[in-house]
Amino acid sequence: MNILAVVEQRHGQWHRMSFETLAAAQQFAAQLGATASAAVVGRGIGPLAAELASRHLDKVYAVEHELLGEYTPDGYCLALRQLIERVQPSVVLFPHTYQVRDFLPKLATSLGRVAVSDAVSHRIDNGQVVLVRQLFQGKVNVDVRFVGDGPHFASLQAGAYRADQVTAGAATVEAFAPQISPDQIRTRPQEPFRESQRAVDLGAAEIIVSVGRGIKEADNLPLIQKLADVLGAELAASRPICDAGWLPMERQVGSSGQTVTPKMYLAVGISGAIQHLVGMKGSRIIVAINKDANAPIFEVADYGIVGDLFQIVPELIEAIQKAK
Amino acid sequence: MKIIVAIKQVAVRDSQLRIAASGQWIDEADIAYEINEPDAYALEAALQLKEAQGGEVVALSAGPPRVAQTIREALAKGADRAIHIEEELSSADPLATCRLLAAALKAETPDLVLTGLQSDDLGYGQTGPILAELLGVPHATIIMQVEKSDSGIRVKRELEDGWFQFVDMPMPALLSIQSGFSKLRYATLMGIKKAKTKEIRRVTAADLGAGAAEPTIAFDRVYLPERTKRTQLFEGSPKQAAAQLVEKLKFEARVI
Repeated sequence: MNILAVVEQRHGQWHRMSFETLAAAQQFAAQLGATASAAVVGRGIGPLAAELASRHLDKVYAVEHELLGEYTPDGYCLALRQLIERVQPSVVLFPHTYQVRDFLPKLATSLGRVAVSDAVSHRIDNGQVVLVRQLFQGKVNVDVRFVGDGPHFASLQAGAYRADQVTAGAATVEAFAPQISPDQIRTRPQEPFRESQRAVDLGAAEIIVSVGRGIKEADNLPLIQKLADVLGAELAASRPICDAGWLPMERQVGSSGQTVTPKMYLAVGISGAIQHLVGMKGSRIIVAINKDANAPIFEVADYGIVGDLFQIVPELIEAIQKAK
Repeated sequence: MKIIVAIKQVAVRDSQLRIAASGQWIDEADIAYEINEPDAYALEAALQLKEAQGGEVVALSAGPPRVAQTIREALAKGADRAIHIEEELSSADPLATCRLLAAALKAETPDLVLTGLQSDDLGYGQTGPILAELLGVPHATIIMQVEKSDSGIRVKRELEDGWFQFVDMPMPALLSIQSGFSKLRYATLMGIKKAKTKEIRRVTAADLGAGAAEPTIAFDRVYLPERTKRTQLFEGSPKQAAAQLVEKLKFEARVI
């Protein structure tokens, strides 16, 4: 039995979640009495593979090809499918990155499997892997079991496993040269770019007041701005508010926006979908105001008020003004 | 350009969820349904492309009879016609659902297939890339912008941490559209009226001749998560609750 962690790099730089996936693979292997291996995909990845050779792994596969220099779903699926057919792992683990979301479902489909995407934890039950996923934006959980023979696939949510738990050891590096021809790669990616320098650095804010769908209309935003003002806080938002154009994208907190860890994060009318939680759950003190007592934001909040934000926020502004 | 947009009907976002007695899904009694919001953005992208390029927008959805309401709304917003694969679907197996969708798509030979990024209920985020593989067409996900190019299309992909990338690809192709692609339109009164005369073709899995396969994953148990953190909740009137909160923030957490 072999667990394979497919880690992510770009132009020789690790994706920060790569080592979380390695830690998970080591834990799966230890609990299942299996071995853990890792695969790095790309061009010029020798140094990265060598770096992994000092971890407690069986093999490190350096999946190297001229056509893998820039990520394409076609190139990555061809290369990884060939590696998986050669190595025959029972479970293949990935970090749940944007890139993995782009190619893993295609890869699993090509092998007749369904990938369990965005798993948050696992347990071993009678020698079988059971993965925990979130449904309905984090309001419901499900335990998912693999059925039939491997290879089985899963991607792991950011922060679900800890990168600092990767154990050291020694592994053999094995070069793997996939067969890929240029005509098999149908998409042509251009150089990545950034739209503009961010004018707002939420990362530097000590206090953040963040607003979500509960605000109902753009016209109600001044109320939240006033709350931010009395606290000396930066104003931020969950994705739907920025999608609707009510606040600029640079004020968005979450997996597609900024990750913040302020002294206090005050979430107003934010239910706490997982995409939002990953961007703020490291804050020192989290306060939530929401009408739904079952909202996932209360999973991470230290203090909370369940109720109508339009009644609570004005009172809160007044109380803060008095306290200062 | 013939564009097919795959849409899903899901429980409305504010639903109070209870677990079904079977422990395999939520209890669907008293649940109201709406279009999966990410799919509304895919529909919007399809309608805008049609307005720019001409052609046809077909809405495709799979699910029980109640899905017809969501399909009707897509027609009211401007889709030209629709295909409803009328089947009860297994939540646990996105590949099985995609095999049905792919069979319907193959018969239509579209230039472009659009999906939303993920569903609000299952949240797999896999329908797009699975369909691309089943259809044998190139794909790209998390798309913010689509333009026609000489050799096909040029799309703008969102990468992580505020980065973007243009990708050129030939058609036919599949794109998963990022939420926030553009503002969503509302159905007009005229649109709602017109929708009543538009075609909804109902097909079953048997009509499509889609082969079934043994699922490779199964749901063990669906349940409400246990609270891992104890939140101090403040009750009473809004004034009392706000005062208690501020006191804690000042003297216990010392953040104000």
